[in-house]
Amino acid sequence: MTAVPSVQPVQPAGASAFVPGSPPPATLAADIWRGIARENPVLVQFLGMCPTMAVTNTLANGIAMGVATLFVLVGSGLIVSLFRKYIAHEVRITSYILIIATFVTLADMILAATFPAISKALGPFMPLNVANGLLLGRAEAFAAKVGPVRAVADGFGMGMGFTLSLVLLSATRELLGGGSLLNQDILGPRFEPWVFMVMPPGGFLTLGIALLGLAFIIERRRRRTQEAA
Amino acid sequence: MTATHHHGPPAAIQPSKSTPAWRLLLTLALAGAMSGWLVVTVYKVTLPAVRKYAAEQVNAAVREVLKAPARWDTLYLVNDALTRTAPDKADLADIPKTYVGFDASGNRLGVAITAAEPGFQELVTLMIGFDPKSGTLIGFKVLEHKETPGLGDKIERDTAFGGQFTGRVAPLRGVKGRAGKPPSEVQTITGATISSRAVIRIINHAVARWRPLLEAWDRGRTQ
Repeated sequence: MTAVPSVQPVQPAGASAFVPGSPPPATLAADIWRGIARENPVLVQFLGMCPTMAVTNTLANGIAMGVATLFVLVGSGLIVSLFRKYIAHEVRITSYILIIATFVTLADMILAATFPAISKALGPFMPLNVANGLLLGRAEAFAAKVGPVRAVADGFGMGMGFTLSLVLLSATRELLGGGSLLNQDILGPRFEPWVFMVMPPGGFLTLGIALLGLAFIIERRRRRTQEAA
Repeated sequence: MTATHHHGPPAAIQPSKSTPAWRLLLTLALAGAMSGWLVVTVYKVTLPAVRKYAAEQVNAAVREVLKAPARWDTLYLVNDALTRTAPDKADLADIPKTYVGFDASGNRLGVAITAAEPGFQELVTLMIGFDPKSGTLIGFKVLEHKETPGLGDKIERDTAFGGQFTGRVAPLRGVKGRAGKPPSEVQTITGATISSRAVIRIINHAVARWRPLLEAWDRGRTQ
């Protein structure tokens, strides 16, 4: 820790008072794009691994979990940001968890009423999303320190990043593990499904290969910029 | 990281005195009340759709295991006896029920019941259709299971396994290889012996439990 200067910094006038550890200013597009690419929750931050591993056995499950998480991220981000000045520092984690749990419960009930078969397939993993580190992480690290518009943009970006990662993994697993996509036969009757892919080890293998692919792309890009320099 | 990240001394901005306890309590109480109100509201809105889906699932299963009955009656198990009238105070979903199916001319086809017991992994829930007089099976349907994909889940997907139960007489006995002449024998699935045996066990236990209840119901009606 650096020594604290004795002179108090002059607070800038207006609502944009500096909050410790607040994210640097960025455009709305940058706030959205961050979660999809550079800070992708699954492939870069390794957050939300429990639902990622558990529900990516079919594409429908992956999409449902992704969209539900996006809904929770946007909703909890908005509420946390709107009430950030009223939530006392001492009870902030309790309050964030309460807000997140509310939105997860709403998402769970809405899913059960609209897509009961998917809701049944997701089983306990939808309610378990309350403990998804991504949700509390974004509330504490971002939404609590910025205005509602930025908080919603960040929640949307992170939710899209989460959904796209889950779609990538679940599409691969369902295609190889069942020869189908969204229950529609793709590879034909002569394809013998790799059952292994829809079981838990298949999830780890698919994620591992996806990370390898990502590392390969990043490394190649780095070398190109070095050569150009 | 850029220098802008750390140019405010955090210690100077933290509130010097802590928030009073009543404010913390008020914050959490208000947040809890709002959360509760939202959850209850959405629960009430979605409940009809959830109930409708559950009823549709039961109807489809009854139709399947009793081979398309023209109509059926629901009997409730209250105090170890069957009754036509549902107890009004309890939640109907928790009360054991049987569905008595009839054909178009009013002849009883059989009864359908649900039963659940552990399979290879977790509970396997079946709906079983059978004739309570003879113990002859009409059919069964797997309502819920968490058996291994590709192996144990064949109890649901393998039509050769599911189809052979029709006309067999409980108590059943699972055999590996080809099922023989006795009407109690059914062939287990290769690679899913434990799941197959779970299905057989659930059917045997359920038929043994419900036959005396249904016989008592029949006696009570003929007297």
